[in-house]
Amino acid sequence: MTTSVQANPALPEGEVRGALRRTKRRLTSRAATIAALVIAVLWTIPTFGLFVTSIRPRDEIIRTGWWEVFIRPDLTLENYEAVLFGKDSLLGPFVNSIAIALPATVFPLVIAALAAYAFAWMRFRGRDLLFVLVFALQIVPIQMALVPLLSLFTRGFAIGGETLYEGLRGAGAFSQVWIAHTIFALPLAIFLLHNFIAEIPSEVIEAARVDGASHGQTFFRIVLPLSLPAIASFAIFQFLWVWNDLLVALIFANGQAAPITRALAELTGEFGRNWQLLPAGAFISILVPLVVFFALQRYFVRGLLAGSSKG
Amino acid sequence: MKDLLTLIGSLPPLAQVPVVIVLFLAVAALAILLIEVAPRPGRKYTVIRAVACVAIPLAVLLLLGSVIWAAAVAAVLGGVFFVLDYRSKKGSGYLFALVGFLAPALVLLAVGLVYPTIQTFIDAFLSSRGRFVGFDNFVWIFSQPQNLVVIRNTIIWVLVVPAISTAAGLAYAVFIDRARGEKVFKALVFMPMAISFVGASIIFRFIYAYRPEGESQYGLLNQIVVWLGLPPVNWLQHAPLNSFLLMVVLIWVQTGFAMVILSAALKGVPTEQLEAAELDGTNAWQRFWNVQVPGIRGSLIVVLTTISIASLKVFDIVRTMGTAYPDTGVIANEMVTLLQKFETGRSSAFAVILFLLVLPIVIYNARQIQKQREIR
Repeated sequence: MTTSVQANPALPEGEVRGALRRTKRRLTSRAATIAALVIAVLWTIPTFGLFVTSIRPRDEIIRTGWWEVFIRPDLTLENYEAVLFGKDSLLGPFVNSIAIALPATVFPLVIAALAAYAFAWMRFRGRDLLFVLVFALQIVPIQMALVPLLSLFTRGFAIGGETLYEGLRGAGAFSQVWIAHTIFALPLAIFLLHNFIAEIPSEVIEAARVDGASHGQTFFRIVLPLSLPAIASFAIFQFLWVWNDLLVALIFANGQAAPITRALAELTGEFGRNWQLLPAGAFISILVPLVVFFALQRYFVRGLLAGSSKG
Repeated sequence: MKDLLTLIGSLPPLAQVPVVIVLFLAVAALAILLIEVAPRPGRKYTVIRAVACVAIPLAVLLLLGSVIWAAAVAAVLGGVFFVLDYRSKKGSGYLFALVGFLAPALVLLAVGLVYPTIQTFIDAFLSSRGRFVGFDNFVWIFSQPQNLVVIRNTIIWVLVVPAISTAAGLAYAVFIDRARGEKVFKALVFMPMAISFVGASIIFRFIYAYRPEGESQYGLLNQIVVWLGLPPVNWLQHAPLNSFLLMVVLIWVQTGFAMVILSAALKGVPTEQLEAAELDGTNAWQRFWNVQVPGIRGSLIVVLTTISIASLKVFDIVRTMGTAYPDTGVIANEMVTLLQKFETGRSSAFAVILFLLVLPIVIYNARQIQKQREIR
């Protein structure tokens, strides 16, 4: 850089430097763009391949790879038809996924919003310790809780022959999945919403207090409207989590209540049989989260940032 | 409660959704209303309080189907609770409100996470029939070669996946920083985050698919190998390799997460610092390593810990992809497999080992949070 500046004494030094820097930056950014492009393509090809496979005719899927579609473009929706309306239809599990995911998003949201408000704006002894404990629960693997919770649901709880809680046997296929998801979501939900609710300027809350607002009024009139973005981002988060979950579904959602992830996992177990239906099935299960994700990406990212960059 | 749930359960799945959500919201609204009016003076409110003292234990009775619980709740509500509340320094109604806001979450956490975690610890020392066996379950785990492979795999997962996804995510975030079409670039790599592990496993099953030499390949990886003139490989049958191929799936998913967090952090590094470094004649690599990386240290740690936890808990990928293949097991998957064989003791012992592996991360993060709250 210095040599070229000396070689060209006619030009003012600063201008040359600036020009050089600009070219250099453009060059490096071009290399970076190419690298980024390569990564982006690498990351997209798998999903794209699955999508193409899912719309090829049965025999073609079995015979050749999806890239052959560029040589013999032969597309059909028959796989989707078979997956949705054929034998072992995935339509039921798909509906189950919706029936599980929506309540399992609303329940923890409401309960966590209340608790988050208490942690942020109510003073009581042991508050910080309790909050740290709740946070720590978020990291404890839910595997730790599965077995006892399941037996609590199926067998109830008794001490010395006295039934304290009779369990959920026969209480609707979804109730134990809803409750399990609600419980497992609470630590993250409380933490995320607390981070947001605590950021509300204390002047606002105090002004409401001075005006004689109780905690309930403050919560409904001020905190709830102001934290809608955080609530939206957690809602998306939780919805995607529940929709994509397999672990809780395997343990708590049996038979009739099985969501699409579980149905698919069972279908992969029999890879030999109808495996040409897998791509279409997988794509149906992916579709809902992808739509939610692309439509509400902004909130999703905000939730991620609030949930982790502060933790 | 159970009858109600049974009734709701008899509806078609989609009809259950609005019913339970509306019911739940109604109950929540009622509870908050009660918290609101409970502490107010005046005859009307006294009546409401009296009703609450009867109605809440009744609700508990219906909810849990247990007289003991209902009696306990009635005692708490009717007795000490109101007296304490009026004497509370923070003003009457404070304690009532506090309990109302916190209790649902804390009770659920205690019942659904704290109690089961403790129970799992106890179960780890019992046989599957409930007899105390000391450390037998752990001895069994550490004496079986295939279990040692499982533990080894888990440790490899937690070392490899966070490192590679964070590095790839960071590199990508730097490459696309302020580039044209940054948003599209981000969305493409971030997209796998929305896909379930089951879906991702199916996607990659088709990439790793294998057919004997001479037949037409339908797995992309083997097709590339064939195009290069080499014989196709049955990727998932080769023992150390297959675990790494499964890790690729998690890396594929988690890189987007790392990228989004780190990209946001990079934008927070002051441009003045970068320009100052540039004026000092540093090259791009030096600027990256000495200015940007220290500037995003906090976010890097967050990303690494989050992905570490995700890799420790990984289970869906191994289950949907690798169960038929040799030596791919990880702890989280082994647990569920044992559980489904009704081996609760051994399954719990695995859970405890998993917990011990996560514990350092929990402690570290809890301390960070505590520090933050002290600053506040």
